[in-house]
Amino acid sequence: MSGATLHTQHQPLLRSDSAETDATLPRPNPTRFSLPRWLPSLSRYLSPLIALLTWQAACSFGLLSTRLVASPLQIAHTGWSLLQDGSLMTNLEVSLLRAASGLSLALLAGTILALISGLSKLGEDIVDAPLQILRTLPVLALVPLFILWFGIGEAPKILLVALGSTFPVYLNLHKGIRSIDPKLLEMARTLRLSRLQTIRDVILPGALPDLLVGIRFAVGISWLMLVVAEQVNADNGIGHMMMDAQDFLRTDIIFVGLAVYGLFGLVSDQFVRFLEHRALIWQPAQRQGGRT
Amino acid sequence: MNVVTPLRPHTADHDVPAVSIRGLSRRFGDGPRILDRLDLDIREGEFVALLGRSGSGKSTLLRTLAGLDPVTEGSVSRPKDVSVVFQESRLLPWKRVWKNIVLGQPDATREHALRVLEEVGLSHRLDAWPLTLSGGESQRAALARALVREPLFLMLDEPFAALDALTRLRMQTLVSDLWQRHRSAVLLVTHDVDEALLLADRAVVLEEGRISLDLPISLPRPRRHADPQFERLRGTLLRALGVHDN
Ligand SMILES: Nc1ncnc2c1ncn2[C@@H]1O[C@H](COP(=O)(O)OP(=O)(O)OP(=O)(O)O)[C@@H](O)[C@H]1O
Ligand SMILES: [Mg+2]
Repeated sequence: MSGATLHTQHQPLLRSDSAETDATLPRPNPTRFSLPRWLPSLSRYLSPLIALLTWQAACSFGLLSTRLVASPLQIAHTGWSLLQDGSLMTNLEVSLLRAASGLSLALLAGTILALISGLSKLGEDIVDAPLQILRTLPVLALVPLFILWFGIGEAPKILLVALGSTFPVYLNLHKGIRSIDPKLLEMARTLRLSRLQTIRDVILPGALPDLLVGIRFAVGISWLMLVVAEQVNADNGIGHMMMDAQDFLRTDIIFVGLAVYGLFGLVSDQFVRFLEHRALIWQPAQRQGGRT
Repeated sequence: MNVVTPLRPHTADHDVPAVSIRGLSRRFGDGPRILDRLDLDIREGEFVALLGRSGSGKSTLLRTLAGLDPVTEGSVSRPKDVSVVFQESRLLPWKRVWKNIVLGQPDATREHALRVLEEVGLSHRLDAWPLTLSGGESQRAALARALVREPLFLMLDEPFAALDALTRLRMQTLVSDLWQRHRSAVLLVTHDVDEALLLADRAVVLEEGRISLDLPISLPRPRRHADPQFERLRGTLLRALGVHDN
């Protein structure tokens, strides 16, 4: 039945599956030098570590100008002191709040729009075409307009995040709703489910795998939008902290900002994966992959 | 609501049609009439098997009866409480089996689900995810979902067609038992002449949009293939379907 299509359309599952087989299968060549069981996971971090050491060495021996590139130690030190004086946390909080507000708006708007266009032909005619046109527009080009319209408060930043991340939510959810097995919808009719029940019990859960993919994209985009919004006009936030540092040639602070962005990206991606895990527990492949 | 007690006492008035179809026609676009002024009655508690060649319109008729397709020509009267089981179980994969069973039944509890699942021998899979069920188990769950609604009219569209021969035999016995207990009117679409003869009170053959043969099956139950009467009816049905066995 519909099961086959339901779990092949979901790419991340396949990835976690293959990762697992890699780890459990014996090495094909027994004579090859083999690392202890816990080492393979460490060896993944070997090359970044070497890169870091090389970077540090290049700075220490004056091969790299510390005016252009701060050394890893310097960056770590700066990061620590920014944490100590609380400025990093304050800026991070501001940025996170903006990202979260924008994302929530995007989730709401994207879901409503996708429901409107996914559930009726008329809705699709009205909603889909304009969104497809808007989508091709680089949203960042709207920054000057947003500043003109909404001033320099929180509104333009949150709205920019919301606008950018609405598209992936909308597009993926719309696709998910459209690809729901019509037989299940028919079943809902023979069970005499109300429109609302059908949306809640059949349509939304059926489109959830796609929605989650959309959310993952949306999280990435939200951060991107925020970086730009905060660098163009803001007096707090991580982006602002980095722009400020540029004026004083503090590459170390800029790198701290980059590290925070990277870390946030990683954490939020893991979070969405965790959500996927919880929400898609009914897929057999998901449960097997659950051990990784 | 109590699932185990019969819906209608066995002494139900068998002359009242539960389902009555008059002059029903159906065509898709400008194509030929798939159903052509079709008449059919199904009495309360009667088990009717609907046979016919592939493409003869059996599913079309059933979908119309289920209210999935509109009645554009002719008239259909049927009880309000109907259930349908299709060839695929059509369980929602994201709801546990028992949640699927009580779907759309605000008053039904886990207990109700458990009781019908017991009837179809699936109580141990109450909390399973549908994608982990075997084909036969899925169809039993679909049957349970149909039964929990206590339908006065149950429609089955080739519910066992995708199952292996052994499982199919078990399912036929199960349906027979359930029907003896619940006594709802049943319309079973099947390609299997033996299945029709094992289960039904009456076999009807759909051909060129109409009922071309209406064959009462008055064999005593439980029925056996070895019965000479069974063989005779089998020949009649096969001939009506255009298959000639010597
Ligand atoms: N939605 C539709 N649009 C156009 N033609 C249709 C549609 N549904 C069914 N038909 C046609 O109507 C005819 C009857 O179809 P139906 O599904 O009722 O056959 P059936 O008797 O159930 O066949 P089978 O035994 O193979 O299931 C077929 O020729 C089919 O192509
Ligand atoms: Mg059919």
